[in-house]
Amino acid sequence: MSLEILKYPDQRLKQESQPVVLFDDALRAFVDDLEETMRAGPGGVGIAAPQVGRFERIVIVDISAMRKLPAGSSCSGRMLLINPEITEWDGMVMGREGCMSVPDYTGNVIRAESIHFTACDEFGQSHAYACEGFEARAVQHEVDHLDGLLFLDRLVSRRTDLFRRKVYRKKD
Amino acid sequence: MNDHWYMLTLVGRDRRGIVARVTHALFEGGCHLGETSMIRLGGNFTIMMMVRFAGSTRVLEQLVAGQAESLGLRLHVDRIEGGLHEHVEPDVRITVYGADRPGIVAHVTGALAEAGLDIFDLISDVGGTEQAPIYILHIEGRALEGVPALASALEIVKGEGVDVQIAPIELMVG
Repeated sequence: MSLEILKYPDQRLKQESQPVVLFDDALRAFVDDLEETMRAGPGGVGIAAPQVGRFERIVIVDISAMRKLPAGSSCSGRMLLINPEITEWDGMVMGREGCMSVPDYTGNVIRAESIHFTACDEFGQSHAYACEGFEARAVQHEVDHLDGLLFLDRLVSRRTDLFRRKVYRKKD
Repeated sequence: MNDHWYMLTLVGRDRRGIVARVTHALFEGGCHLGETSMIRLGGNFTIMMMVRFAGSTRVLEQLVAGQAESLGLRLHVDRIEGGLHEHVEPDVRITVYGADRPGIVAHVTGALAEAGLDIFDLISDVGGTEQAPIYILHIEGRALEGVPALASALEIVKGEGVDVQIAPIELMVG
Protein backbone atom coordinates (compact mmCIF):
# COMPACT_ATOMS: atom_id res chain seq x y z
CA MET A 1 0.00 0.00 0.00
CA SER A 2 1.41 3.34 -1.06
CA LEU A 3 1.52 5.85 1.82
CA GLU A 4 0.91 9.57 1.85
CA ILE A 5 4.08 11.69 1.74
CA LEU A 6 4.26 14.54 4.25
CA LYS A 7 5.18 17.79 2.57
CA TYR A 8 6.98 20.76 4.06
CA PRO A 9 5.84 23.10 5.75
CA ASP A 10 4.43 20.17 7.73
CA GLN A 11 6.46 20.61 10.94
CA ARG A 12 6.45 16.89 11.65
CA LEU A 13 9.26 16.63 9.09
CA LYS A 14 11.44 18.65 11.47
CA GLN A 15 11.23 16.22 14.37
CA GLU A 16 13.80 13.62 15.35
CA SER A 17 12.90 9.99 14.78
CA GLN A 18 13.40 7.25 17.38
CA PRO A 19 15.41 4.04 17.00
CA VAL A 20 13.53 0.88 16.08
CA VAL A 21 13.46 -1.58 18.98
CA LEU A 22 10.97 -4.20 17.79
CA PHE A 23 11.86 -6.11 14.61
CA ASP A 24 8.53 -7.82 14.04
CA ASP A 25 6.08 -8.60 11.23
CA ALA A 26 4.43 -5.20 11.64
CA LEU A 27 7.81 -3.55 10.98
CA ARG A 28 8.35 -5.69 7.88
CA ALA A 29 4.87 -4.87 6.59
CA PHE A 30 5.59 -1.18 7.05
CA VAL A 31 8.90 -1.53 5.18
CA ASP A 32 7.01 -3.05 2.22
CA ASP A 33 4.64 -0.06 2.17
CA LEU A 34 7.52 2.39 2.51
CA GLU A 35 9.31 0.82 -0.44
CA GLU A 36 6.14 0.86 -2.55
CA THR A 37 5.75 4.56 -1.74
CA MET A 38 9.35 5.28 -2.77
CA ARG A 39 8.94 3.46 -6.08
CA ALA A 40 5.66 5.27 -6.80
CA GLY A 41 7.37 8.66 -6.48
CA PRO A 42 8.76 10.21 -9.66
CA GLY A 43 12.51 9.54 -9.73
CA GLY A 44 12.73 8.84 -6.04
CA VAL A 45 15.88 6.88 -5.15
CA GLY A 46 15.37 6.96 -1.41
CA ILE A 47 12.80 7.42 1.31
CA ALA A 48 12.80 7.81 5.08
CA ALA A 49 10.02 6.70 7.43
CA PRO A 50 9.30 10.21 8.78
CA GLN A 51 8.39 11.26 5.23
CA VAL A 52 5.28 9.11 5.62
CA GLY A 53 4.63 10.17 9.21
CA ARG A 54 6.30 7.26 11.03
CA PHE A 55 8.99 8.69 13.28
CA GLU A 56 11.30 5.70 13.49
CA ARG A 57 14.84 5.41 12.13
CA ILE A 58 14.07 3.50 8.92
CA VAL A 59 15.44 4.36 5.48
CA ILE A 60 15.38 2.71 2.06
CA VAL A 61 17.84 3.66 -0.68
CA ASP A 62 17.94 2.10 -4.14
CA ILE A 63 19.61 3.86 -7.04
CA SER A 64 19.75 0.75 -9.23
CA ALA A 65 16.57 1.64 -11.15
CA MET A 66 18.11 4.85 -12.52
CA ARG A 67 18.22 5.14 -16.28
CA LYS A 68 21.95 5.85 -16.14
CA LEU A 69 24.12 5.33 -13.10
CA PRO A 70 25.95 8.57 -12.27
CA ALA A 71 29.72 8.47 -12.79
CA GLY A 72 31.75 7.71 -9.68
CA SER A 73 28.82 6.27 -7.76
CA SER A 74 28.71 2.94 -6.01
CA CYS A 75 25.57 0.88 -6.55
CA SER A 76 24.57 -1.48 -3.77
CA GLY A 77 21.07 -2.26 -5.02
CA ARG A 78 18.23 -2.04 -2.53
CA MET A 79 19.42 -1.08 0.93
CA LEU A 80 17.04 -1.23 3.88
CA LEU A 81 18.75 0.72 6.64
CA ILE A 82 17.25 0.51 10.11
CA ASN A 83 18.90 2.54 12.88
CA PRO A 84 21.68 3.65 10.49
CA GLU A 85 24.83 5.19 11.95
CA ILE A 86 27.30 6.95 9.66
CA THR A 87 30.75 6.27 11.09
CA GLU A 88 33.12 7.76 8.48
CA TRP A 89 32.90 10.66 6.05
CA ASP A 90 35.49 11.42 3.38
CA GLY A 91 35.80 14.19 0.81
CA MET A 92 33.11 16.71 -0.07
CA VAL A 93 31.26 17.42 -3.27
CA MET A 94 28.41 19.65 -4.33
CA GLY A 95 25.36 18.16 -6.00
CA ARG A 96 21.76 18.98 -6.83
CA GLU A 97 19.05 17.56 -4.62
CA GLY A 98 15.30 17.46 -4.58
CA CYS A 99 12.91 15.78 -2.19
CA MET A 100 9.48 14.16 -2.39
CA SER A 101 8.62 16.19 0.72
CA VAL A 102 9.64 19.47 -0.97
CA PRO A 103 7.97 19.50 -4.40
CA ASP A 104 8.96 21.90 -7.18
CA TYR A 105 12.30 22.97 -5.76
CA THR A 106 15.85 21.72 -6.10
CA GLY A 107 19.05 23.10 -4.67
CA ASN A 108 22.76 22.58 -4.29
CA VAL A 109 24.00 20.73 -1.24
CA ILE A 110 27.51 19.76 -0.16
CA ARG A 111 27.82 16.17 1.02
CA ALA A 112 30.62 13.78 1.88
CA GLU A 113 31.82 12.01 -1.23
CA SER A 114 32.15 8.65 0.47
CA ILE A 115 30.79 7.29 3.72
CA HIS A 116 30.94 4.18 5.87
CA PHE A 117 27.94 3.26 7.96
CA THR A 118 26.23 0.48 9.84
CA ALA A 119 22.55 -0.38 9.89
CA CYS A 120 20.23 -3.21 10.85
CA ASP A 121 18.12 -5.23 8.46
CA GLU A 122 14.45 -6.06 9.00
CA PHE A 123 15.41 -8.90 11.38
CA GLY A 124 17.66 -6.72 13.56
CA GLN A 125 20.94 -8.03 12.13
CA SER A 126 23.62 -5.35 11.91
CA HIS A 127 25.57 -4.89 8.67
CA ALA A 128 28.41 -2.60 7.58
CA TYR A 129 28.25 -0.60 4.35
CA ALA A 130 30.41 1.72 2.27
CA CYS A 131 29.01 4.02 -0.43
CA GLU A 132 30.43 6.59 -2.81
CA GLY A 133 29.19 9.48 -4.91
CA PHE A 134 25.51 9.70 -5.80
CA GLU A 135 24.57 6.71 -3.66
CA ALA A 136 26.41 8.17 -0.65
CA ARG A 137 24.53 11.44 -1.25
CA ALA A 138 21.20 9.59 -1.21
CA VAL A 139 22.04 7.85 2.07
CA GLN A 140 23.10 11.14 3.72
CA HIS A 141 19.91 12.87 2.49
CA GLU A 142 17.72 10.11 3.96
CA VAL A 143 19.61 9.86 7.27
CA ASP A 144 19.15 13.62 7.62
CA HIS A 145 15.36 13.06 7.54
CA LEU A 146 15.74 10.89 10.66
CA ASP A 147 17.26 13.87 12.46
CA GLY A 148 14.56 16.27 11.29
CA LEU A 149 16.78 17.86 8.65
CA LEU A 150 15.71 18.65 5.10
CA PHE A 151 18.08 19.47 2.23
CA LEU A 152 16.73 23.01 2.65
CA ASP A 153 18.72 23.14 5.90
CA ARG A 154 21.94 22.52 3.96
CA LEU A 155 21.46 24.66 0.84
CA VAL A 156 24.40 26.49 -0.65
CA SER A 157 23.80 29.30 -3.11
CA ARG A 158 23.57 28.39 -6.76
CA ARG A 159 26.03 31.20 -7.30
CA THR A 160 28.80 29.90 -5.08
CA ASP A 161 31.26 27.10 -5.59
CA LEU A 162 31.65 27.76 -9.29
CA PHE A 163 34.69 25.55 -9.40
CA ARG A 164 33.85 22.11 -8.27
CA ARG A 165 35.72 21.19 -5.12
CA LYS A 166 36.92 18.02 -6.73
CA VAL A 167 39.47 20.16 -8.58
CA TYR A 168 41.31 20.72 -5.31
CA ARG A 169 41.40 17.12 -4.21
CA LYS A 170 44.71 15.34 -4.01
CA LYS A 171 45.44 13.09 -6.94
CA ASP A 172 46.06 9.49 -5.92
CA MET B 1 -8.86 37.25 -8.09
CA ASN B 2 -7.74 39.86 -10.62
CA ASP B 3 -4.05 39.77 -9.70
CA HIS B 4 -1.46 39.91 -12.45
CA TRP B 5 2.21 39.05 -12.51
CA TYR B 6 4.63 41.86 -13.24
CA MET B 7 8.40 41.94 -13.65
CA LEU B 8 9.84 44.82 -11.70
CA THR B 9 13.44 45.82 -12.44
CA LEU B 10 15.58 48.25 -10.48
CA VAL B 11 19.14 49.30 -11.40
CA GLY B 12 21.44 51.87 -9.84
CA ARG B 13 24.39 52.52 -7.56
CA ASP B 14 24.46 49.99 -4.75
CA ARG B 15 23.98 51.03 -1.15
CA ARG B 16 22.82 49.38 2.06
CA GLY B 17 19.13 48.75 2.64
CA ILE B 18 17.72 48.94 -0.89
CA VAL B 19 16.01 45.55 -0.82
CA ALA B 20 14.41 46.20 2.57
CA ARG B 21 13.05 49.61 1.57
CA VAL B 22 11.73 48.57 -1.83
CA THR B 23 10.10 45.33 -0.65
CA HIS B 24 8.54 47.15 2.31
CA ALA B 25 6.93 49.62 -0.07
CA LEU B 26 5.62 46.74 -2.20
CA PHE B 27 4.28 44.88 0.85
CA GLU B 28 2.53 48.00 2.14
CA GLY B 29 0.99 48.44 -1.29
CA GLY B 30 -0.56 44.96 -1.25
CA CYS B 31 1.95 43.22 -3.53
CA HIS B 32 3.02 39.61 -3.28
CA LEU B 33 6.56 38.63 -4.33
CA GLY B 34 7.38 35.60 -6.45
CA GLU B 35 10.81 34.55 -7.71
CA THR B 36 13.46 37.24 -7.45
CA SER B 37 17.10 37.69 -8.38
CA MET B 38 19.38 40.40 -7.02
CA ILE B 39 23.05 40.72 -7.86
CA ARG B 40 25.78 43.39 -7.78
CA LEU B 41 27.26 43.95 -11.21
CA GLY B 42 30.27 46.23 -11.32
CA GLY B 43 29.20 47.98 -8.12
CA ASN B 44 25.66 48.45 -9.41
CA PHE B 45 22.63 47.15 -7.62
CA THR B 46 20.41 45.11 -9.94
CA ILE B 47 17.24 43.28 -9.07
CA MET B 48 14.44 41.60 -10.96
CA MET B 49 11.35 40.64 -9.02
CA MET B 50 8.18 38.84 -9.97
CA VAL B 51 5.44 40.86 -8.29
CA ARG B 52 1.79 39.84 -8.08
CA PHE B 53 -0.50 42.85 -7.90
CA ALA B 54 -4.18 43.56 -8.46
CA GLY B 55 -3.70 47.00 -9.98
CA SER B 56 -2.28 48.41 -13.19
CA THR B 57 1.33 48.84 -14.29
CA ARG B 58 1.09 52.55 -13.58
CA VAL B 59 -0.19 52.07 -10.02
CA LEU B 60 2.53 49.51 -9.30
CA GLU B 61 5.16 51.94 -10.60
CA GLN B 62 3.78 54.63 -8.33
CA LEU B 63 4.07 52.34 -5.29
CA VAL B 64 7.84 52.10 -5.76
CA ALA B 65 8.63 55.34 -7.56
CA GLY B 66 9.23 57.37 -4.39
CA GLN B 67 11.73 54.90 -2.94
CA ALA B 68 13.39 54.38 -6.34
CA GLU B 69 13.88 58.11 -6.79
CA SER B 70 15.24 58.69 -3.30
CA LEU B 71 17.66 55.76 -3.75
CA GLY B 72 18.71 56.93 -7.22
CA LEU B 73 17.45 53.77 -8.93
CA ARG B 74 15.99 53.41 -12.41
CA LEU B 75 12.68 51.56 -12.31
CA HIS B 76 11.04 49.46 -14.99
CA VAL B 77 7.80 47.47 -14.77
CA ASP B 78 6.40 45.02 -17.33
CA ARG B 79 3.30 42.92 -17.12
CA ILE B 80 4.36 39.32 -17.81
CA GLU B 81 2.92 35.96 -18.76
CA GLY B 82 3.73 32.87 -16.75
CA GLY B 83 3.81 32.35 -13.05
CA LEU B 84 5.16 30.21 -10.26
CA HIS B 85 5.81 26.47 -10.33
CA GLU B 86 7.23 26.50 -13.83
CA HIS B 87 10.71 25.30 -12.90
CA VAL B 88 12.78 23.37 -15.37
CA GLU B 89 15.67 21.25 -14.18
CA PRO B 90 19.11 21.76 -15.71
CA ASP B 91 21.06 18.61 -16.53
CA VAL B 92 24.46 20.10 -17.30
CA ARG B 93 26.85 22.56 -15.68
CA ILE B 94 29.58 24.29 -17.66
CA THR B 95 32.38 26.54 -16.45
CA VAL B 96 34.62 28.39 -18.90
CA TYR B 97 37.50 30.59 -17.80
CA GLY B 98 40.55 32.19 -19.29
CA ALA B 99 42.40 35.43 -19.94
CA ASP B 100 39.75 38.07 -20.58
CA ARG B 101 39.24 39.18 -24.15
CA PRO B 102 36.24 40.24 -26.24
CA GLY B 103 34.01 37.49 -27.60
CA ILE B 104 34.34 34.70 -25.02
CA VAL B 105 30.63 34.60 -24.19
CA ALA B 106 29.59 34.96 -27.83
CA HIS B 107 31.90 32.16 -29.03
CA VAL B 108 31.15 29.77 -26.19
CA THR B 109 27.37 30.23 -26.16
CA GLY B 110 27.29 30.15 -29.96
CA ALA B 111 29.07 26.79 -30.05
CA LEU B 112 26.91 25.43 -27.24
CA ALA B 113 23.64 26.61 -28.82
CA GLU B 114 24.56 24.80 -32.04
CA ALA B 115 25.26 21.66 -30.02
CA GLY B 116 21.81 21.77 -28.41
CA LEU B 117 22.23 23.69 -25.15
CA ASP B 118 19.22 25.49 -23.70
CA ILE B 119 20.59 27.92 -21.07
CA PHE B 120 18.59 28.32 -17.86
CA ASP B 121 21.13 30.17 -15.76
CA LEU B 122 24.23 32.15 -16.70
CA ILE B 123 26.55 34.20 -14.58
CA SER B 124 29.89 35.64 -15.50
CA ASP B 125 32.49 37.65 -13.68
CA VAL B 126 35.89 39.23 -14.20
CA GLY B 127 38.63 38.45 -11.69
CA GLY B 128 42.41 38.54 -11.74
CA THR B 129 44.09 41.95 -11.87
CA GLU B 130 43.47 45.03 -13.98
CA GLN B 131 46.62 44.23 -15.93
CA ALA B 132 45.75 40.56 -16.39
CA PRO B 133 41.98 40.09 -15.99
CA ILE B 134 40.45 36.64 -16.18
CA TYR B 135 36.93 35.94 -17.35
CA ILE B 136 34.85 33.29 -15.59
CA LEU B 137 31.59 32.09 -17.13
CA HIS B 138 29.26 29.67 -15.41
CA ILE B 139 26.28 28.16 -17.19
CA GLU B 140 23.57 25.71 -16.25
CA GLY B 141 21.08 24.37 -18.72
CA ARG B 142 19.66 21.42 -20.54
CA ALA B 143 21.64 19.42 -23.09
CA LEU B 144 18.94 18.72 -25.67
CA GLU B 145 21.33 16.64 -27.79
CA GLY B 146 23.20 15.11 -24.85
CA VAL B 147 26.22 16.16 -22.82
CA PRO B 148 28.79 14.54 -25.19
CA ALA B 149 27.61 16.86 -28.00
CA LEU B 150 28.31 19.86 -25.80
CA ALA B 151 31.68 18.45 -24.73
CA SER B 152 32.66 18.11 -28.40
CA ALA B 153 31.62 21.69 -29.09
CA LEU B 154 33.70 22.88 -26.15
CA GLU B 155 36.78 21.05 -27.45
CA ILE B 156 36.82 23.53 -30.35
CA VAL B 157 36.44 26.47 -27.96
CA LYS B 158 39.32 25.16 -25.85
CA GLY B 159 41.60 25.69 -28.84
CA GLU B 160 40.88 29.40 -28.50
CA GLY B 161 42.68 29.63 -25.17
CA VAL B 162 40.06 29.06 -22.51
CA ASP B 163 39.77 26.30 -19.96
CA VAL B 164 36.54 24.38 -19.75
CA GLN B 165 34.80 22.16 -17.21
CA ILE B 166 31.61 20.34 -18.14
CA ALA B 167 29.71 17.99 -15.86
CA PRO B 168 26.23 16.50 -15.85
CA ILE B 169 23.95 17.66 -13.05
CA GLU B 170 22.61 14.49 -11.54
CA LEU B 171 19.52 15.37 -9.54
CA MET B 172 19.05 13.20 -6.46
CA VAL B 173 15.44 13.04 -5.29
CA GLY B 174 15.03 11.44 -1.89
